[in-house]
Amino acid sequence: MEKQHWPLWEIFIRSRQGLSHRHVGSLHAADAEMAIENARDVYTRRQEGVSIWAVPASEITASSPDEKDVLFDPADDKVYRHPTFYDLPDEVKNM
Amino acid sequence: MNARFEYLLRLGDDALILGQQLGLWTGHGPVLEEDIALTNIGLDQIGQARAWLTLAGRAENDQRDEDALAFHRDQSEFRNAQLCERPNGHFGDTIVRQFLFDAYAVPLHAALSQSNDAEIAAIARKSAKESVYHLRHSSAWMVRLGDGTEESHAKVQESLDVLLPFAGDLFHSDAVARTAATEGWGVDPANLREAWEHHLVQTLTEAGLKRPEPAPEQCGGRIGRHTEGLSFLLAEMQVLPRTYPDAKW
Repeated sequence: MEKQHWPLWEIFIRSRQGLSHRHVGSLHAADAEMAIENARDVYTRRQEGVSIWAVPASEITASSPDEKDVLFDPADDKVYRHPTFYDLPDEVKNM
Repeated sequence: MNARFEYLLRLGDDALILGQQLGLWTGHGPVLEEDIALTNIGLDQIGQARAWLTLAGRAENDQRDEDALAFHRDQSEFRNAQLCERPNGHFGDTIVRQFLFDAYAVPLHAALSQSNDAEIAAIARKSAKESVYHLRHSSAWMVRLGDGTEESHAKVQESLDVLLPFAGDLFHSDAVARTAATEGWGVDPANLREAWEHHLVQTLTEAGLKRPEPAPEQCGGRIGRHTEGLSFLLAEMQVLPRTYPDAKW
């Protein structure tokens, strides 16, 4: 039998309410439903999450490494974009 | 006869034997993701088996703990349904076996959650969440294989034809089952057949699979009559604790 490979899915898990989904890895699955089930088994076995997103890897548009200079270097000398000039209260986390 | 002990053994042995079988898939799954899924489900079953067998041991006046019951009983003392001891076969065989069992486990655990025995109800409520997921997994595979390629359809149809008659044990009603139901701490499995049938028909329709002609159902697991598959399974499962009774690891 000719072996056909299942498409690749990128998996995002939200570890708890209030946080955003974070990329945890990828896996193969035949369809979206199977992707969620596989993600549940592969990535949430140790209670890592409360929500799963599965995104077909082919649907992700990525920036090109060749454009690194053009895209990111201009931000190098613009320190005023960092909120480092404010005093943050201790209660504020995840900044 | 101690009906409570017998009844809990049935619950525990189904889970134990199925869990041991699924464990044999470790490293042999068709793809990595499915390998992990089958092993996870197997671990859930072992977890349920531990809880039921511990309770069974207590119903027997604490004579035996979960390990003694799992590793130091002979084949004729096991009370699992014959379906659970059918060999893993190919992936389709394992999926059909699991599907037929899961479709029974879901209404079973739902009903046992209403038990008037707090411990039975607690184990059932925990197991219910697991079995709902197991059924979703095995049902999805039934549809995927049944409605898949010509080869997958033919294979899973054959698995179904062979395995369906072995579902008989699951719904076998006898004095033990009726006592459990009458006293309110258990359920008579005969009452679970309707829910099982409903899900079976629904899934087979979706999968484009044909229900085989009714054949005589295989019964006997609940009274200790088993097929030779179980003896090989027990030999492998029990050899270490029987050779080194007090081994720790």
